[in-house]
Amino acid sequence: MSALGGLAMAVLLLVPAGAGLLLVGLADYRRGARLNVGAALASFVAALLLIGARPEANLYLRVDDFNIYLIVLNNLVSFTTSVFSASYIAHELETGKLTPAYLRFYHATYQALLFAMNLALLANNIGLLWVAIELATLITVLMVGLYRTPAALEAAWKYFILGSLGIALALFGTILVYLAAQPVMGQGLPAMAWDRLQAHAGQFDPALLNLAFVFLLLGYGTKAGLAPLHAWLPDAHAEGPTPISAVLSGLLLNVALYAVLRFKMLMSANPAALAPGPLMVGLGLLSLLFAGLMLYRRGDIKRLFAYSSIEHMGIITFAFGMGGPLANFAGLLHMTMHSLTKSAIFFAVGHISQVKGTQRISTIRGLTASHPLLGWGLIAGVIAIAGMPPFGVFMSEFLVVSSTFARQPLLALPLVLGLLLAFGTLLWRVHGLAFGVPDNAPAAPVQASVWPMLTHLGLVLLAGIWLPGPLVAWFHHVAVLLG
Amino acid sequence: MHSLEFDIAHFLAGGMVVLSFLLLYQDRVYALLNVFALHSLVLALAVGWQAYIQEAHHLYVTAGIALVFKAIVIPMALRRIVRRLGIHRTLEVVGGVGRDMLAGAALVALAIMVMLPVTVGADALAREDLAFALAVLLLGLLLMVNRHNAISLVIGFMSLENGLVLAAAGARGMPLAVEISVAFSVLIALIVIGVFLFRIRERFDSVDMQAMDSFRESRLK
Repeated sequence: MSALGGLAMAVLLLVPAGAGLLLVGLADYRRGARLNVGAALASFVAALLLIGARPEANLYLRVDDFNIYLIVLNNLVSFTTSVFSASYIAHELETGKLTPAYLRFYHATYQALLFAMNLALLANNIGLLWVAIELATLITVLMVGLYRTPAALEAAWKYFILGSLGIALALFGTILVYLAAQPVMGQGLPAMAWDRLQAHAGQFDPALLNLAFVFLLLGYGTKAGLAPLHAWLPDAHAEGPTPISAVLSGLLLNVALYAVLRFKMLMSANPAALAPGPLMVGLGLLSLLFAGLMLYRRGDIKRLFAYSSIEHMGIITFAFGMGGPLANFAGLLHMTMHSLTKSAIFFAVGHISQVKGTQRISTIRGLTASHPLLGWGLIAGVIAIAGMPPFGVFMSEFLVVSSTFARQPLLALPLVLGLLLAFGTLLWRVHGLAFGVPDNAPAAPVQASVWPMLTHLGLVLLAGIWLPGPLVAWFHHVAVLLG
Repeated sequence: MHSLEFDIAHFLAGGMVVLSFLLLYQDRVYALLNVFALHSLVLALAVGWQAYIQEAHHLYVTAGIALVFKAIVIPMALRRIVRRLGIHRTLEVVGGVGRDMLAGAALVALAIMVMLPVTVGADALAREDLAFALAVLLLGLLLMVNRHNAISLVIGFMSLENGLVLAAAGARGMPLAVEISVAFSVLIALIVIGVFLFRIRERFDSVDMQAMDSFRESRLK
């Protein structure tokens, strides 16, 4: 059993790393795209295998009940995104926005990013986790600046500075956690391993842990796009290639949040330490309300959905901050649903901005008439992300709101206000995009691959109607673990 | 009282804080680069000293990286960039030097008041090192917030990062310290390449990006 698990774990790391190296040297972009899809598929299969066969934990890597679900989700979305990316990129090449040399670079960085995210999720070591997230930051900076336009470079630079700042703060927090662990657990690697830290966290010095958590929350919170450190996120989403927007929103934000949650578990294991909940509730609400207000005046379609990602990260952080089995359950479900829905929306938006040749909301009209499949796909995605039934996001948001009403009715007021703000704005915006008379500018023909979008929306719809029993039981189990 | 080992470690870490203050009021690009090179040199000495007294040989690698890469290569590369891009004029200091120094002093006090009480359990050397490291980190942040050009931003970030390396070296027996300093060096190298390749001069006014955000929105409409 565990031999198979070990193999699967090796595949998850080595296949993306190896494919990344191969892709650097592969000149033909079609074969590059196919290899990209193939490598992502192999990783996804390996992730599925890990569910059944868990490898033994060592001091560096580990699979447990919590990270396995993010690993599967991560590799599923990176696989579907690679399929979407193949058709998206072909069009960018035709229109001359990218050259084959850049595509080689693009595919190699895509796999490198996959490697970094898998490493961050699999890491059983807070130092390794930090290195992996740092690597992911660097790679996404390169990808955001891919188009080399002044706006793209500006976005990449801003992301670079804010991301590095977050990374630096997180490192200071990591050092402090090690210092808290060292008197109890002795020097060396075991004092940085998650499973051992978790077991001994009760004896750590609470004051050091508190200070560490503040740094970690701010540091990794920057990477998760929490207000007030979110400023990089809308630019990075709007100016980079759309597959990268999908990966950023759907995956990288989750990985950063995963790091925060791991440290939150350490905090909860120490009764004398500060309760991490109120801090996270505060940051979550701030992000939600801020993004809700900012959504209103967006002129760029990708920017609009980037702010919606900040909003949802706020909701998820809020839910985990509330804590308790029910709110944690809602948070986990929302993480999954947001990641699937938001990447589906970006798939639709990517093709829409290609057929219309613009990202400006005011110039896109009547999509349902001109491009029915893309238009209705976008509508379905927006309805889902706004939290309307019958989609899965409705369920998770409903759970967050109802558990908050039951425990802290006063906190539920700003929460609901933020949700309504975002809901109203998104529906109003999509109404303009999807209906009305299409402008008669000749649309560029696009070989759109709609399957990734339809698969994601189908999964979200399915989750809204019926969640399989084992999945619910498993979510519940992890929710209890999270405390 | 304290041993000589402690005193020397203390002196070197304290030296970094003083040099961070010097960074705060430099108003010419070359002077800023020189002070930063000195900052990295002191860091290399401090880390090397920690390697010696902790008998942690891997820390010599970290010290070597700091010496070669940050005290020599990076300042030279930046000097070249400055000459090529022709930005060697004076740097404006927002709000004046006096205000900066006061804010810096307040931040150092804050670092000491935050770190010393929470690390009562740790040994004296690690405690003081951490307090100094946090002070260097905060001063680096202050430099980043207060300056309006890419070079100062990069220098601010690198001095902040020197503080982090100091903290990692001071934490007794911390694993992966070398790997982390390598990862950081890659990051910095990329930042510097970024400044050079992208010809980033004066366009990025501050890290307060809110203003830029609304500016771009208005351009889009």
